[in-house]
Amino acid sequence: MAKVVFPDHLLATTQGTHELETFAENFRELLLQLDERWPGCAERLAKCAVAIDGQIYQDAFLEPLQADSEVFFMQRIEGG
Amino acid sequence: MAEAVDYKVIGSRPIRPDGVDKVTGRAQFGADHNLPNMIYGRVLRSPHAHARIKSVDVSKALAMKGVLSAICGADFPGAQHGEVGGEGGGDVADVAKNVMARDKVLYHGHPVAAVAASSVQIAEAALEAIEVEYEVLAPVLDLDLAMAPDAPLLDEKCFTKNLPEPPDKPSNIAAVMNLKRGNVEEGFEQADVIVEGEYRIPMAHQGYIEPHACIATTNEAGQATVWCCTQGHFEFRAMTSKILDMNIADLKFVASEIGGGFGGKTVVYLEPVAVLLSQRSRRPVKMVMSREEVFRATGPAAGTHCKIKVGAKKDGTITAATAWLAYEAGAFAGAPMGPGAMSVFAPYDLENFDVQAFDVLVNKPKVAAYRAPGAPQSMHAMESTLDELARELNMDPIDLRLKNAADEGTQAPYGPKFPVIGLRACLEAAKQHPNYTSPVPEGAGRGVAVGFWFNVGMQSSAEVHLNENGTVTIIEGNPDIGGSRASMALMAAETLGVEYNDVRVLVGDTESTGFSNVTGGSRTTFATGMAVIQACEDIITQCKARAAATWGVDEDQVEWLDGQAVPAPGVNAELKPLSLADIAGNAARTGGPLLGRASLNAQGAGAGFSVNLADAAVDSETGKVDVLSFTAIQDAGKAIHPAYVEGQLQGGAAQGIGWALNEEYIFNADGVMENAGFLDYRIPVASDLPMIDTVIIEVPNPSHPYGVRGVGETPIVAPLATMANAIRSATGVRISDLPLSPPRILDALERA
Repeated sequence: MAKVVFPDHLLATTQGTHELETFAENFRELLLQLDERWPGCAERLAKCAVAIDGQIYQDAFLEPLQADSEVFFMQRIEGG
Repeated sequence: MAEAVDYKVIGSRPIRPDGVDKVTGRAQFGADHNLPNMIYGRVLRSPHAHARIKSVDVSKALAMKGVLSAICGADFPGAQHGEVGGEGGGDVADVAKNVMARDKVLYHGHPVAAVAASSVQIAEAALEAIEVEYEVLAPVLDLDLAMAPDAPLLDEKCFTKNLPEPPDKPSNIAAVMNLKRGNVEEGFEQADVIVEGEYRIPMAHQGYIEPHACIATTNEAGQATVWCCTQGHFEFRAMTSKILDMNIADLKFVASEIGGGFGGKTVVYLEPVAVLLSQRSRRPVKMVMSREEVFRATGPAAGTHCKIKVGAKKDGTITAATAWLAYEAGAFAGAPMGPGAMSVFAPYDLENFDVQAFDVLVNKPKVAAYRAPGAPQSMHAMESTLDELARELNMDPIDLRLKNAADEGTQAPYGPKFPVIGLRACLEAAKQHPNYTSPVPEGAGRGVAVGFWFNVGMQSSAEVHLNENGTVTIIEGNPDIGGSRASMALMAAETLGVEYNDVRVLVGDTESTGFSNVTGGSRTTFATGMAVIQACEDIITQCKARAAATWGVDEDQVEWLDGQAVPAPGVNAELKPLSLADIAGNAARTGGPLLGRASLNAQGAGAGFSVNLADAAVDSETGKVDVLSFTAIQDAGKAIHPAYVEGQLQGGAAQGIGWALNEEYIFNADGVMENAGFLDYRIPVASDLPMIDTVIIEVPNPSHPYGVRGVGETPIVAPLATMANAIRSATGVRISDLPLSPPRILDALERA
């Protein structure tokens, strides 16, 4: 199952859940699952960057998830 | 996947296409544009660092001869919603209030009103006629005092975000962040040596040579065109449309050449004001900031207060580390505490760490990005502490870093595992460099530090037009702040198999090309380069189809080689190859003009690591620091145009050295900046610095067709600690606060 990790600053959104495991075909499906678990969280999570198996995406949507994917939510970076 | 190849043009050093115009003065920068019938806009700025605005009356200004419009906060649309991206952005409402104050002024220089008049002199006189009634409030200027529970508040509606439980009282702490792993208490128990340090860095400015400038014109249909210097005209268009509640399709932004940005020109200041003044006056309105305005009222880098604690075993293995990082946001929330927190320990493979970071409101200008925003400050603290740790362990500072260096597969502090990275290669190169193996000059000290930045991809668009003679014109949407047009031309020439001089690159305005995010984030060569490459591949596919039609063969029987369509092996060898000129010359018959395009949200930006070395001598009588040598070593993935990569390394080093040695905002007790000019805000000049030696390490980024990693931001990160460590070595005294200016050094030497 894919491991999904939330940083501390999102714990209020995830009702204290720091990490969970789930099946999802892609990031969009994951977001829908999370929004079902914590209604309204998708809007906040969609504003985050997310690292999927080491690759950081600023605007993840249809990126596929493997059975053993690691997903980390993180703050967006833009730089200067 | 990028493979090691001998490129035909990539890696060469042709003259940049904008070079001749820039050195002859022909290049058009932001203030160089003029329009018939234009008038001049000027801004009235708050004389107070913190005050409620009780009333603003522009009527007397408007009544003056030659004044065609006068506006204040009340003339802007009401509620704004949404966010503006980037480390200088935040809530649209905050950006709008920073452009023009509404009910409160929050820093000295905060815009309160603006006029447009037939001359700059009349506009200045009109500002004097504007009547503003203030209720002056005590300014909050000290970062630590601003964080105190009983501190006067800048914004009574600001409640700290990201706390485990929602707070019930407002605070100047706009947001917090916590990153942790393992158990730091256990980690410190395992340590043989523990070192702690506390560091303060004041606000500093990007110091771009060119002040902000723009000219806006509007028509009777309410559509506006704005010429401005900007790092991102698409994002400026978006911000302006949100602030003025205008249809984005009614705004056209044209980017001028730009005399430096470094992150400071990713946020609007003048543009919405100029558009509104133009709408009201029905004339083009030109606005140019003075240098003093740039210092007082644009977006400097955040001042910080950082505390680091590191524990290690005798062999140098770090067992635990903690960081407490407080960042000044200025007048509105949005300090880069997130990137600072994520980068502070990024170069190291740590089992146990805890990082706390704070975004804190103070009555100073709202901060903006400054090249790797947040990282120079936090990593100065960590790299200075590591230097002390190396001394405690009697260990070579590079060996200490090698002992703990992150590598491919290391889990970064912010979560994901690093793909292939170049930190070890940079450290090894530093260790073998003559500037490290040579003896330290008599009386001098040597410093070492590591730098890191994430680099980003984001959205870019590009079009490739095949001209009738076989030359190629590329249109993309990223203002060129570091030689990117040359790099785009090199990547296009390599992909197409043509000569560099057969390629022209233009930066299109917002109506001429597809959307691109800002030139920043070390993304342009990576992401826009990727778009250019894909657009060229699109052209190649089309050219092969045209060749197939010309020859009467199937498309899969055509290959592309050295800029020509050639028959595939086994196909009629008598067929003469077709060049781009041949294909273009026959285009009308085979289907019409050839245009390649690509737009993408580039993924896979590779992180950039650096190592800096410096030798410095300190005059014990004057406190003056002489930088005897400085070496910048950085992984670029693949240097498309090595001279411009070297330029980024040298430029970032110069800025970092200035930030370390001299640069600081000096505020008086009323919150007024006392050194708002280059005479007293001391950036390095040519005579201050030696030639900065550079080493480009190339650990290709597998996510880019040519292995590119961004290089623009990492260079500024390591110099702060490199200089601090060199001066520590030279004097025997650790001076934790920046800048390491002569008075501070003398004071430290006297107290030692």
